[in-house]
Amino acid sequence: MNAITNILKSDLTRRGILKSAGALVISFSAPVALAEAATAAIVPKPLDPTQLDSYLAVHRDGSVTVFFGKIDGGQGTDVGIAQIVAEELDLPADRVAVVMGDSALTINQGGASGSFGITWGGKPMRHAAAEARRFLVNLASERLKVPADKLSVANGTVFVTDAPGKKITYAKLIGGKFFNVAMKWNGKIGNDLDVDGGAPLKKPADYKVVGTAPKRRDVVAKVFAKPVYVTDVRVPGMVHARVIRPPVAGATLVSVDEASIKSIPGARVVQKNGFLAVIAPKEWNAIRAAQQLKASWTQPAPAFPEPGAIYDYIRQAPVRKRVVEGTKKGSVDDGMKDAVKVVTADYEWPFQSHASMGSACAVCEIKNGKVTIWTGSQKPHYAQAGVAALLGVPPENVHAIWMTGPGSYGRNDAGDAALEAAFIAQAVGKPVRLQGMRAEGIAWNAKGPASVHHARAGLDANGKIIAYQFESKGFSRLEVDSNESNPADSLVGQQMGIALKPTDSFGTPDDSYDVPNRLMAWETIPPLLDRVSPLRTSHLRDPVGPQIHFASESFIDELALAANTDAVEFRLKHLTGRDAAAVKAAADKFGWDTRVSGPRGDAKADIQTGRGIAYTKRLNTIVVVAAEVEVDRRTGKVRAKRFAVAHDCGCIVNPALLHNTIEGNIVQGTSRALHEEVRFDRQKVTSVDWETYPILDITEAPEKIDIVLLDHPEIPPTGAGEPSSRPVAGAIANAIFDATGIRLRRAPFTPAQIKGSQA
Amino acid sequence: MTTQIHLTVDGKKHTIAVDDPNMPLLYALRDELGMDNPHFGCGLAQCGAFTVHVDGQAIRSCVTPLAAVKDAKITTLAGLGTAEHPHPLQAAYVEEQVPQCGYCINGWIMTAAALLKSNPHPSDQQIRDGLSGLKCRCGTHMAIIRAVKRAAAMA
Ligand code: FES
Repeated sequence: MNAITNILKSDLTRRGILKSAGALVISFSAPVALAEAATAAIVPKPLDPTQLDSYLAVHRDGSVTVFFGKIDGGQGTDVGIAQIVAEELDLPADRVAVVMGDSALTINQGGASGSFGITWGGKPMRHAAAEARRFLVNLASERLKVPADKLSVANGTVFVTDAPGKKITYAKLIGGKFFNVAMKWNGKIGNDLDVDGGAPLKKPADYKVVGTAPKRRDVVAKVFAKPVYVTDVRVPGMVHARVIRPPVAGATLVSVDEASIKSIPGARVVQKNGFLAVIAPKEWNAIRAAQQLKASWTQPAPAFPEPGAIYDYIRQAPVRKRVVEGTKKGSVDDGMKDAVKVVTADYEWPFQSHASMGSACAVCEIKNGKVTIWTGSQKPHYAQAGVAALLGVPPENVHAIWMTGPGSYGRNDAGDAALEAAFIAQAVGKPVRLQGMRAEGIAWNAKGPASVHHARAGLDANGKIIAYQFESKGFSRLEVDSNESNPADSLVGQQMGIALKPTDSFGTPDDSYDVPNRLMAWETIPPLLDRVSPLRTSHLRDPVGPQIHFASESFIDELALAANTDAVEFRLKHLTGRDAAAVKAAADKFGWDTRVSGPRGDAKADIQTGRGIAYTKRLNTIVVVAAEVEVDRRTGKVRAKRFAVAHDCGCIVNPALLHNTIEGNIVQGTSRALHEEVRFDRQKVTSVDWETYPILDITEAPEKIDIVLLDHPEIPPTGAGEPSSRPVAGAIANAIFDATGIRLRRAPFTPAQIKGSQA
Repeated sequence: MTTQIHLTVDGKKHTIAVDDPNMPLLYALRDELGMDNPHFGCGLAQCGAFTVHVDGQAIRSCVTPLAAVKDAKITTLAGLGTAEHPHPLQAAYVEEQVPQCGYCINGWIMTAAALLKSNPHPSDQQIRDGLSGLKCRCGTHMAIIRAVKRAAAMA
């Protein structure tokens, strides 16, 4: 088990770097071998986006630390970044440590966002590494008195190509010192940040580290129960807090009976405007106080529509904004004139919840006007900005430290927890640890929006699509922003009286189908409440991707049927290049039987089997999913038994981590397709726990997921965090039709839906 | 009024004073003993994130009153194995690189460890049935099944 011990040791060493910078002050009890250089001393202050030193440091032992302004949610983004940097520097990946998501040590690169971790986040890191290598080779050229073009690098040692004995290491050249090299910065902060010093980048043909599969760096610590989570942070003198949410949506606080918790040791109320919380030195006492506290609230008129009528409500709601987006070609009306067959269909998708494994936690300490916030938010730099704005302190006085939390999959409840912990810490003058109870993370987080989709298309005499119109209408995907930098986008901010300022945003299908006349548009409707709504919306993994492509890929199948064509063949009729290659790869791996979809054999058999396919793009990443389902006619239960996935995201940095990322998306996507729907009544969200918001159980997990990774080293990575979530529901819906002849146009695909559709 | 409670956790004996003997075990482990696992998931015994062994049985410590376990032997993930001497499931978890966020990890490993103890070579279906009810929001179920099989093969 030496390998494990070694990984653990190196993991702890990396943490040692953080510890020495004061980032992980608290209860890290394992013996920590401190890195030889304190990070604090090798990061320039203030962080300057134009300076190479802000991104990369070479230690005295020749190892490298990069300072990455994003985070990793458990998919190994940091490992990919280490590989990219190691590649440009001609180092093994394990010589590159990655510090992430600490606002004092990293520049804001947008946090986890849009599957951009490697795609955009990797760019400046790669450019910085190439610049560092060029600088070091030039320095070696001076020292060795040999022209730079006669030098090579291996393992962090620069040597004379024709006389490898003549050499000097990175460690000797710069270990422990600043580069003091400026690069051209594009002036952007966040996802788009890039720098370039002009150093040439390594050619993909020469890659040695990119494309290999080093392991994750956090797994060992997690498996051996080390305190790596934000929930594990403990600050001396801290109290535990719980927030109290309104009993019904739209209710505001009238009064609080502080005496109602006086029997609980140390418990006290924290109340300001509409915000209500309790604190206690012991966590259990804070929980008891939250349960026992008596408060009275207004009784507002019901804020929500009848849950059964949500889709009619959306159809009838006024339009806030209409946008024509995506590929627009020709004229749909003109194309329709030549159509021999016209197909129309409507699809519906419910509100869904992040439902992270645990509700969010944050710890905040305020000392001498300096605020430290430990957060699991996937966008810690924005948490820094939000905390500063809420508390009225300059952002430079707020230090946000990201530590892994329960997976977030977008804007879950972590940002709200960060702002609330800070708010309470300021109010009580003590360090505060806040963690939500189960309902905070399922019922009170922002939701993926409910929507309806209308598709209309015409087929020509050759069975090809000649005109295609696709329109979505729903709640915006961004009633609150995808980050918490503005208190208006937080529950505590809204409870303090700041009204919701929704952005109108949705999306359209992303594909490369060759259709001569095409129009795609979306419309958003007003939020249900102007503040503190448990049905407010924000980004949930692959924002609006699953709903839109459930609709569009179900519809493509309906067109294939109308054209009396096999579903794979029909798609291939409209696709070329990488898109077609991915469809073929998935179909081949699956063992696709070419025929027109629809039930075969004994219609009265208890178990009906079918196969379906869906093809989607997401910002140039192509994913095709073929699914096999079994539908039990007696119970209406759908089992997604087997998947074959073809995944093309350009250059693959780490195939093993990519594989696990895709598997996770397929399983989570299956869960969303089969089970997930936020339930509510006219006054509140009634999905408050796993009983009322069920997700896929391991007994229902697929028997097999085959994954074909299509690698294109010459194409820069196009992102993999979310794209494979996108086609899952469509593939399952198409397989259900093939099995049963039932076309489900509303998610999730519950037994009730199947039973209700049976003849 | 505090009550004294004796606990044996991961081989170490502790005495703690609590305000409420009905406090769930999890708060004793985290708050009183300063342990960093298991994790609070739902507090409703619906997810497993707070699973520990009590006398070898996997239980959900978030709903187990302290008073009910006072003389029992409690084992947490930290006590199951170490990097130097990992439990086969921990070794398999590392080998298969199972967790994403890993917040669910206590439930799966502690429940699977109890399962392997009673059935060292479970079938695929027995693994699934034995782990049914546990939650993993990141969707790492396929890797979990691979790891349990790998651990069973190691034993
Ligand atoms: S790995 Fe995140 S919940 Fe299981």
